[in-house]
Amino acid sequence: MKLISLLVVSVLFSSPFVSADSEKKGLAIAVEVDKRDTGFGDTTANMTMLLKNRHGQESTRYIRLRTLEVEGDGDKSMSIFDRPRDVKGTAFLSYTHKQGSDDQWLYLPALKRVKRISSRNKSGSFMGSEFAYEDISSQEVEKYTYKYLKDEACGVDTCFVIERDPVDELSGYTRQVAWINKKEYRPEKIDFYDRKNTLLKTLTYRDYQQYRGQFWRANEMFMENHQTGKTTLLKWSNYKFGTGLAARDFNKNSLKRAR
Amino acid sequence: MWLRVLFILVFINHSTLVSASDGEWSGYIAAEWRTFFESPSDVAQHGDTTSLSAQAEYYREWEGGKKSFRFTPFVRVDGRDSQRSHFDIRELNWTSVHDDWELTAGIGKVFWGVTESQHLVDIINQTDLVESTDGEEKLGQLMLKLSFTRDWGDVDLFLLPGFRERTFPSAVGRLRSIAAVDVGHAEYASTQGKDHIDAAIRWSTSFGDWDVGVSHFSGTSREPRFRPALNGGRSVLIPVYETIDQSSLDLQATKDDWLWKLELISRSGQGDRYTAATAGFEYSLYGVFESPVDLGIIAEYLYDDRKEAASTPFEDDLFLGARFALNDEASSELLAGMIVDLDNSSRVMSVEASRRIGDNWKINLEARFFSNIDDKDSLVSFENDDFMQLELAWYF
Repeated sequence: MKLISLLVVSVLFSSPFVSADSEKKGLAIAVEVDKRDTGFGDTTANMTMLLKNRHGQESTRYIRLRTLEVEGDGDKSMSIFDRPRDVKGTAFLSYTHKQGSDDQWLYLPALKRVKRISSRNKSGSFMGSEFAYEDISSQEVEKYTYKYLKDEACGVDTCFVIERDPVDELSGYTRQVAWINKKEYRPEKIDFYDRKNTLLKTLTYRDYQQYRGQFWRANEMFMENHQTGKTTLLKWSNYKFGTGLAARDFNKNSLKRAR
Repeated sequence: MWLRVLFILVFINHSTLVSASDGEWSGYIAAEWRTFFESPSDVAQHGDTTSLSAQAEYYREWEGGKKSFRFTPFVRVDGRDSQRSHFDIRELNWTSVHDDWELTAGIGKVFWGVTESQHLVDIINQTDLVESTDGEEKLGQLMLKLSFTRDWGDVDLFLLPGFRERTFPSAVGRLRSIAAVDVGHAEYASTQGKDHIDAAIRWSTSFGDWDVGVSHFSGTSREPRFRPALNGGRSVLIPVYETIDQSSLDLQATKDDWLWKLELISRSGQGDRYTAATAGFEYSLYGVFESPVDLGIIAEYLYDDRKEAASTPFEDDLFLGARFALNDEASSELLAGMIVDLDNSSRVMSVEASRRIGDNWKINLEARFFSNIDDKDSLVSFENDDFMQLELAWYF
């Protein structure tokens, strides 16, 4: 009883302290993260998803990704599925927007059909993995509000710990707590809290590599679902920057012939 | 002749290329078992049947995908119906992509449209009806396709030589008209017969939440009308392929959880000019019952202003469907639907479900039930053809 009231008191009294200053600092950190990743132009990369359930059963997906940076708006991206083999050739085109809902199209190779799909399914699982659509879509500053919480050691470096609250009411999360590397302004770890504000998942970034002397990309992203025991390991390879992709490589015609 | 031109094109391309990717094969082999719940309308028709099918795709590209070659043969061997056993080249084409235009030459497949219950606007490829009664399986079509991309949309121009006749079950086959279609004696309204070269043009674009396509097709109708006749003392239907002009509009508005859809066609050349339409919505619910399951509710109205004289059974019908996506590792899905004729209450119900097994196998279930079919409804010939089929496919 005493403990609960103590908790209530601390929650009540902690809120005034996280006001203006911490919000300003949190936002400033997010803006700096975004700034340091600006100017990459375009990238291509290969991704392997290793899904594991709590009994240790595994399944694998191979996906290739192409991303185009769009000035003044969210990125355009195309994902092409190579495995499982029954979905080989399926491709997904997405235009993310800083404000408003994203535009998404799906190409179904068996019917040669391009389908415009609703982008409202933020919290749904991507390909049966522990990553939700909102976890893998382009992370725009405007999609969250921020609070700086504290500094904390993360590995050999020190991290800013910030809370980010999704602006979109359709998000599957009440909040995320992110550890941002103080030196490089890149995320090292994110805790995701579900709609009941219980810890749902933890995403850990591993084995960062720097490209073009500026852009940090993790070779591995490990997502662990604490409630189901399922995990998904994303392994990135063959990262290429400035490959010459243009807007015309991200339209419905290019979606139809994506390979 | 056309094939020879294509091979020459492909050959020239091969010999002048510098940076080529390795070619790759992929595809599937599938075993299907189909069981019918009732005895057939005609004693000549078969009962349960098994069949095997396979499709392979060879793909090779050059210059980072600017040039590509694709070959997709398909084959089915059916245990009972010799006309369901068939081979088809779904694709055999060469594509060249440039900054704002691209060219495809050869056999290809093209889909137009937005609705789920029927595909009125989709007209480039002939329906491979023996594959499925839903009309979604298509035969390869020889084509020269030129596409332009502009700020105001995409324009596709088609030249379509080499007309393909629709496939139909044989006299022993199920899911056929009461008098079987005599595929050997097809007739053409055009004096050029099946050598008539068809043409089509399409403009399509997206602005904001809207996706729109306007198309026109001029040529041999993919959908035949039928003339009753006698062949060796048996009543048969002779398919008659007329020359038509079809203008169409397809429209989708993606408004949050709602997809609003419209397909509209106006066709001349088969009797009087007529209009047909499909209009409706798909509403999605994500994570229903606090589970990862997504549920889509689909409702579409199917209209044809020829009413009872329409060549399709769907002239004043309502389609209601529910699509479940389990979002699990096995990508399990289920689509259940029903089309009801609003005039005579004839009903077609269907269930389609699929799930992956391991990394390379997939199981598909499909069932269709025809119930309360009115004697005057053209579906009356399928009245005793309720069926369920299971297919196990291995992908490579």
